[in-house]
Amino acid sequence: MGELVELTGLKDGQPVTCACALGNLTEFESVPVDRRVMVIGGGITGITAAIDLGNAGYQVMLVDRLPSVGGRMLQLSETFPTLDCAQCTLTPRTVESGQHPKVTLKTSCEVIGLEGEPGDFTVSLRQKVTYVDWNKCTGCGTCIQKCPSKGIALFERDAGRMTAIYTLSPQAVPNKPQIDPDRCRYLTKGKCGVCAKSCPVGAIDYKQQESFFAARVGAIIVATGFDIYDWKNKMPEYGGGKIPDVIDGLTMERYLSASGPTAGAMVRPSDGKEPKEIVFIQCVGSRNPEFHKAYCSRVCCMYTAKHARLYKHKVHDGQVYVFYIDIRSTGKGYEQFIQQSVSEEEIIYIRGRAARLYREGDKVMVQGADTLTGKKIEIAADMVVLAAAMVPNAGAQELADILGIECNADGFFIEDNYKLSPVETGRQGIYIAGCCQGIKDIADSSAQGSAAASKALVFLSTLRRQNQEAV
Amino acid sequence: MKYPYFPGCTLYTKAKKLDDAGRECSQKLGFELDELKDWTCCGATFPLVNDYHIAMSGPTRILADTKARGDDKLVTLCSVCFNVLKRTNHVMRNDEERRAKITDFIERDYHGEVEVLHYLQLLRDEIGFDTLREKVVKPLTGLKVACYYGCLLLRPVKEIGLDAMENPTIFEEFIRALGAEPVEFPYKVECCGAFQTVHSMTTATRCSHDILRSAKNSGADLVITTCPLCQFNLDDRQPEIQKSHTAFSAIPVLYFTQLLALALDLPAAGLGFERNLIDPLPLLKEKGIVS
Repeated sequence: MGELVELTGLKDGQPVTCACALGNLTEFESVPVDRRVMVIGGGITGITAAIDLGNAGYQVMLVDRLPSVGGRMLQLSETFPTLDCAQCTLTPRTVESGQHPKVTLKTSCEVIGLEGEPGDFTVSLRQKVTYVDWNKCTGCGTCIQKCPSKGIALFERDAGRMTAIYTLSPQAVPNKPQIDPDRCRYLTKGKCGVCAKSCPVGAIDYKQQESFFAARVGAIIVATGFDIYDWKNKMPEYGGGKIPDVIDGLTMERYLSASGPTAGAMVRPSDGKEPKEIVFIQCVGSRNPEFHKAYCSRVCCMYTAKHARLYKHKVHDGQVYVFYIDIRSTGKGYEQFIQQSVSEEEIIYIRGRAARLYREGDKVMVQGADTLTGKKIEIAADMVVLAAAMVPNAGAQELADILGIECNADGFFIEDNYKLSPVETGRQGIYIAGCCQGIKDIADSSAQGSAAASKALVFLSTLRRQNQEAV
Repeated sequence: MKYPYFPGCTLYTKAKKLDDAGRECSQKLGFELDELKDWTCCGATFPLVNDYHIAMSGPTRILADTKARGDDKLVTLCSVCFNVLKRTNHVMRNDEERRAKITDFIERDYHGEVEVLHYLQLLRDEIGFDTLREKVVKPLTGLKVACYYGCLLLRPVKEIGLDAMENPTIFEEFIRALGAEPVEFPYKVECCGAFQTVHSMTTATRCSHDILRSAKNSGADLVITTCPLCQFNLDDRQPEIQKSHTAFSAIPVLYFTQLLALALDLPAAGLGFERNLIDPLPLLKEKGIVS
């Protein structure tokens, strides 16, 4: 690992060096192109596909636009229905993807072009500027400790703060920091340079330029995942993001996570007090064909029940209310999980949608209806958690255009046949898996990751056999 | 500029002050409201069932009359009339079968050519709030206003399209142009109870109380509205509210045109404040808006 490799440059036709290249690209290119696969997206789906392919003896390039792999799952606290720690189950796999001799990680990296044909694609990539020479960096973390600039942390979803030079999480893979140029004092004001001074190996490079390179691969797996619906701008009825104690489910994960910004303490954003009455609202933006997303986001019923339980484990005298349309718990052990939540944790499920949230004093007033009794309900809550719809990650359409595959109206990649070839696309040699194909939970995502890996293997080995027969 | 104008029944009776002030202000602002001849009631409720076509014949006739005059715009002041005319027009434009049925019945040729405008929309889109700001003679400085939209001015948003359904801002922009300060209040698009006031006064009273309490909690001096029914519920239900909530203190509820008239320095005596149940004059005097 850690070798600086010169690759076919794309910038102005000149060869460029890639200072952020991690992993031995010479080795990546040492096998024939029909034994190389690119996986775009380093979440649980992409990691699973990459490790499967690596174990099968293929060279894999795992590309992620964030500085480290792990994806959304790394942000989660505990996962349903077993309530095991997301980081504890995922970290061995992220580490494996980082250390696997057949897997080359390309993080802070984006796909910008595709040429060639199935079995021999040439993918152009942009290596984003990290301001840190990852080949020199040892990952000691001194720069992060010394950095004087603190700001909003994307990974913590506004719940915590982060230095300007950062890794996404404590166990980041690769464990190499990058600098946020918008917050770095040196890059914005020209003064500071603390990280450069403190770095024992001189890896900080404020003058680093973005670089471009190309990789030839036989097949591509797309696993670009999901984002949370932009409820803050699109749903003013829920405060439009202006009520501090109204957060979405993914932010709640950070509050509940033992490695999160509050170290797992259940507090609310506005004043750091423990919320005693908490309201969960399901189907926020989902199942709303008239104004938002028509589809069901599939995992919210389960994670809301999970949130409610984890909250009750932390706040024993707390009261939970859940507004729901109906409960969709269609996985193995899922319905039992819901039943247990209702009976053992005394969670009050209210069938109905909340119409409006507004702030009164330090409370969040929840207006809603119980459609089973036909009564209007108003709850003065300390905190509200919205199970906001899940949408494809930003840039899915652009990536689809580059790869020559299609997105549906909601932005999810379209599979060849929903039932019989769910991970294949209209283009041979390009496969889709995980939430970018349609919303699914972790179990289904990793299953699809493996499915896509196996389809890529079948395609490439068939191609080889055909070529041999032709000879 | 001359705009065809449909006042509607209520503006000739209970909501006279909405109408009077609106007409007077138009002259000050350099346009004329030209009342349609022989207009009829709009029907007051857009039919709630799909095949109740007869209720749309009245508003369609009104729209066809406007077209027959050679006009392509029709201005209303009342939220209810605006809602019924605008939604009927939507059917005329988009539903060929229903349009044919109705226009055949009333023997008129109409395909939705007229654009239905609310007075507030006319101020925003035709006059411009910046121009309005320049024409304000007496800015309502220091007056905190709760802009109450109600339902009919906005919903259903896909047919009305005047402004966002959950967090509209047109009223606030209007109020800022007059020099007053709009307050953010969470009940600005909640229902006032509407026709419930006829058969379940407690419901209307409760709805009105929620809205007024929210406005007061947000620091408003008064509430403004565009709708005669909202004005009636919010204003005339206040004695009822005070019976059950003794701590509740009255708050004036005005039509937006009444405030507009004050900002344009029209004499307060002609603005029908005597018809407001909660007299706004003490407040307006205290704020130095009316002497």
